Amino acid sequence: MILTELSSRKPAIDWSWHLRLVAFLGPAALYALVFILVPYANLLIYSFWKTDNYTIVRDFNLGNFARVFESPVYLSVIANSLLVASIVTICAVVLGYALALYVAFFTGMRRKFLYFLMVIPLWTSFLLRAFIWRLILGREGVINSGLAWFGFTDEPLSVLLFNRFSVCVALTYVFIPFVAIPVYAALEKIPPATLEASMDLGASPFYTLRRIILPLSLPGIIPGAIFTFCLSFGDFVAPSLLGGPSGIMISSVIINQFGSAFDWPFGSALAIFVIVVVGIAVALARLLERRYE
Amino acid sequence: MLSKVRDKPECTDEVQVRLDRVSKHYGNAAALTDLSLDVRRGEFLTLLGPSGCGKTTTLRLIGGFEVPDRGAVAIGGRDVTGVPPFQRNVNTVFQNYALFPHLTVFENVAYALRVKRLPGAQASERVTSMLDRMGLADKAGRYPRELSGGQMQRVALGRALINEPTVLLLDEPLSALDAKLRRTMQLELRRMHAELGLTFVCVTHDQEEALAMSDRIAVLDAGRIAQIGTPQEIFDRPANRFVADFIGGCNFIPAISRSDGTIIMPECKVSPQTGPEAGRGIVLAVRPHSLRLGTPEEGAIIELAARVSDIVYLGTAVRLVLSLADGLGLTAELGKDAVEKSGAKPGVVLRLWARAQDVIVFDAARSGHDPH
Ligand SMILES: Nc1ncnc2c1ncn2[C@@H]1O[C@H](COP(=O)(O)OP(=O)(O)OP(=O)(O)O)[C@@H](O)[C@H]1O
Ligand SMILES: [Mg+2]
Repeated sequence: MILTELSSRKPAIDWSWHLRLVAFLGPAALYALVFILVPYANLLIYSFWKTDNYTIVRDFNLGNFARVFESPVYLSVIANSLLVASIVTICAVVLGYALALYVAFFTGMRRKFLYFLMVIPLWTSFLLRAFIWRLILGREGVINSGLAWFGFTDEPLSVLLFNRFSVCVALTYVFIPFVAIPVYAALEKIPPATLEASMDLGASPFYTLRRIILPLSLPGIIPGAIFTFCLSFGDFVAPSLLGGPSGIMISSVIINQFGSAFDWPFGSALAIFVIVVVGIAVALARLLERRYE
Repeated sequence: MLSKVRDKPECTDEVQVRLDRVSKHYGNAAALTDLSLDVRRGEFLTLLGPSGCGKTTTLRLIGGFEVPDRGAVAIGGRDVTGVPPFQRNVNTVFQNYALFPHLTVFENVAYALRVKRLPGAQASERVTSMLDRMGLADKAGRYPRELSGGQMQRVALGRALINEPTVLLLDEPLSALDAKLRRTMQLELRRMHAELGLTFVCVTHDQEEALAMSDRIAVLDAGRIAQIGTPQEIFDRPANRFVADFIGGCNFIPAISRSDGTIIMPECKVSPQTGPEAGRGIVLAVRPHSLRLGTPEEGAIIELAARVSDIVYLGTAVRLVLSLADGLGLTAELGKDAVEKSGAKPGVVLRLWARAQDVIVFDAARSGHDPH
């Protein structure tokens, strides 16, 4: 009796469940379609076309991709971007990790306040935070005037600004919170007794850091590193403000293609290239994460 | 030390751990006050006391996780005050085990050996034999989150023992287990202690557990030792009201001892007896199971009439909640048959008595904290 009732009710429940699923996921799916899938598809299609005398010709070809690989200029810019992104990622992970470690374990009552200070830069303009390095590294900047004041240098050092170094410094500074915040969240989740257990078993604080704290904070390091790598690889603010000739990065070239060069198909091909690199980086990181789980 | 079973596991008089008048404050609040404690080599000592009395703090001082404000800690005759935990030959089983979540059972147990850079083959041999002994041989590759509470407990024990510590500290090692497993593990711990011949210092707030496992019990009250002794001493001859009440529970009946040697108290008859100073206020302590029903026999010192206010069945025994005419509350635990025969039900007045040897007399003026 009850059984038949249940079985006869079943299909109806299924339908309402589907409807609810659509209602829940519908807006998100629509958002993804309009703001992610369509633009990317658009980019992909453009990358197979070409331009002729500043007009776009809808003629399927792989010439744009060939151009990326054939020309040493683009390859070297891409290599430079990869180099900058790698340096920035390493520096930001090391410094951001040290910061998070310090705030999480050595600050006692001031912890909440310091965490707050860590978050504040995220509310400040990215442009401003990159620009500030001009004031620090420039000819009349803090460092040069300091060196001159102490009499270490006769004339301002010009190696500080408008090169790869200044781009790396600014990007590292900008992305430190991107590492420090997720790492801090991971560190906070480690119970103090876990660390005490390690010391109890004879491990020094440094050994504990390597074998317990580091692996347990990996879920914070990996997203931080991915963010830093992807965003600094594709950044154009820092190179255009601080880059100079040796600091040119791929995004500046892409913007140029969409702007003054008016070669949208080639710009699209370069953009696709960037997306692929970023995709590979994310995939590698995921792989690493899975191994340590 | 681990592999050999000592011929005589009973303890010697040699002191293994000595706390010498240690005090520890957190902010303004004192966690421990002038606490002195000697743990003998090879004994199973339990720190027992209510929540917040300083048991964990005492253990952490021995483990090296806290430094005393005053006083000294010595292990094996060496002053270790201020020596960090990783330089002490003491290992701890933590309250919630604190297993390393990213390491397997094997790696957890092997941790201390890895730290010491013991060669791989030698280390894995020792870990394997430890896992065997703990009954975890088939769980070696599992992660802590894939274990039951009892299994985690054994991993924590194995991890702490692999280093062959001179002293093993256990902070409420069984509190996360269910009642049945707890009793099994109590025996297990005792057996292991006897087998290894190590010094165990265990913390618990469960008096039954303390009585069942320990060679000696130190009862802590508000950061001081209220009494230290064998389970039997503590139970039969509590040093003060606090200990009597905390271990086994107790009825306290205020009375006055008169200069002629008799004791008077309201609503009760007390036989003459010698003991406390004359003319002083005293407290008679009687355990619930020492109260008897019916006509007093030879050797009775307390007789009283009390009204039943509630009856609680405990299984084999029955707990009577009683009140004297002056409102003083008492509890008695009696055999089921005796209670049925007496016709006890709420509102009925019963006659109860207790033998002299079951009554402990405390001086009313003395505080419950006085360690004697
Ligand atoms: N880190 C700390 N900061 C401040 N006060 C503390 C700290 N640790 C312990 N205390 C205080 O010290 C006293 C003793 O604490 P302790 O942890 O030793 O108690 P315990 O006997 O182990 O209690 P429980 O049975 O609840 O575990 C308590 O009053 C507690 O509030
Ligand atoms: Mg405790």
